[in-house]
Amino acid sequence: MEKLIEQFSLGLFFWQSVLFVALVLLLKKFAWKPILEAVNDREEGIKNALESAEEAKKEMQSLNADNERILKEARAERDSLLKDAREIKEKIISDAKEEAQEQASGIIDAAKSAIEVEKQAAISHLKSQVANLSIEIAEKVVQKELAAKEDQLALVDKMLGDVTLN
Amino acid sequence: MRRDFLIKKITFLLFLVSFISVAQHHDNEHAKHSTSHTEETEASLGEEIKEFINHHLLDSHDFGLFSYEDEHGKEVHVGSPLPVILYDAESGLNVFSSSKFHHGETVAENNGSFFKLYHGKIYKTDAAGTITYDDHHHATNTKPIDFSITKNVSFIFLVALFMFLVFTGMAKNYKTSALPKGFGRLLEPLILYVRDEIAIPNIGKKHYRKYMSYLLTVFFFIWIVNLLGLTPVGINVTNNIAVTLSLALITYLLTTFTANKNYWGHIFWMPGVPTPMKILLIPIELLGTIIKPFSLMIRLYANITAGHIVLMSIIGMMFIFKNWIGSPLSFGLAFALSLLELLVAALQAYIFTMLSALYFGSAVEEHDDH
Repeated sequence: MEKLIEQFSLGLFFWQSVLFVALVLLLKKFAWKPILEAVNDREEGIKNALESAEEAKKEMQSLNADNERILKEARAERDSLLKDAREIKEKIISDAKEEAQEQASGIIDAAKSAIEVEKQAAISHLKSQVANLSIEIAEKVVQKELAAKEDQLALVDKMLGDVTLN
Repeated sequence: MRRDFLIKKITFLLFLVSFISVAQHHDNEHAKHSTSHTEETEASLGEEIKEFINHHLLDSHDFGLFSYEDEHGKEVHVGSPLPVILYDAESGLNVFSSSKFHHGETVAENNGSFFKLYHGKIYKTDAAGTITYDDHHHATNTKPIDFSITKNVSFIFLVALFMFLVFTGMAKNYKTSALPKGFGRLLEPLILYVRDEIAIPNIGKKHYRKYMSYLLTVFFFIWIVNLLGLTPVGINVTNNIAVTLSLALITYLLTTFTANKNYWGHIFWMPGVPTPMKILLIPIELLGTIIKPFSLMIRLYANITAGHIVLMSIIGMMFIFKNWIGSPLSFGLAFALSLLELLVAALQAYIFTMLSALYFGSAVEEHDDH
């Protein structure tokens, strides 16, 4: 210990302190600060780049998922559209059939009633025609045979009433 | 990790083998050399090695690389002199070259004052360079305050310059590219290690920034200084108590002046203990604040000094053995120890930085849980 104290050199202590403090200050300004900043910046840069890459990856994944979803939706829509179209087609066909049936039966009915009306008209027309014809025939017959008109008419009416159609 | 383990194993094995052989060898040595003559030369060689180690561990006033004896038996020193800066009240400021001392052989004269280098220290003397001693053989001459640019100071300056150039160069690289280039590739992981493994876990994410400059500087400074201390030039400044004291003192001052209320609260009025205990704890805690940086200072100093003494002693053993078994073994051991010292160089830098960060962390810790 005594030797240590004897060996202690104040001059060396002084110079070491001065030089070392100067070295710390100089290096701080010209070396450590720029180096640490550059390293920090680089680390930040790497961190950011990694983060953005990760983000881009996530975005890609979500985009892919979106695409998948949209495709699926489109497919489903197409399916439902096709199904609807088929249904509509069938409905149209069946509707058309029904309507046609209805119309056809309407037409037939109308035709039937028209035929009936025509028939009645024809029958009544025929009746009057027959009556006139009969009268004319009877006139011609009776002019010659019958003198009294009234007796003759009564006879004709009675005969006509006996005539049954068909 | 596996490689580390392998190295450890090899080191350990080398240690073991060397120790056993050295022990055996010593027995042989004693048996063989019984004549007093050889023992005497051996003792003087041992003394010389001891002297050399001591000299190596000390600071000096000239930048000596090595010295040798020429054919005339004269010592030749290779290196360069350094400026000596002295101050004392009597003769004021004296600045002159250390070449005036001639490595302690002559008295240096400057502005009418005379100085002599004695055991690495400068004393004021008369023109003849007389040094008076007290009873314990300590020199009693007045010692001027010595602000000389010694070998260590110039080395610290060179290391500081080297660090400044390397790290500012590295900082410049970042201006042109986000990635480090060249030497920066090696340094960046270390900087990040200091930030992520030392600063942030110990200080916390909120406060660590303001200490980063000091932690990084102290880490690289101690590491580089320790590594360069292991080179053959071998100027190690961390085995000097003045240097470690300076570093530890900065840690202490930073801790003290950046400490928050909580830190002082825990020292002067420890929460959660009875009042008499609180009073008892004040001096203990206060002492603790000083002991912490003190331990930093001693740890670094002792580790590096011990490493150097052991390493140099083992290298010195080569010259004592001077035979075919001992010297290669010493060499192997010295090699293994050098590897260990490489590890210690980094480890001590790590520990110093780590503990400084820990103390800073305790200074700015926020106790929300109390």
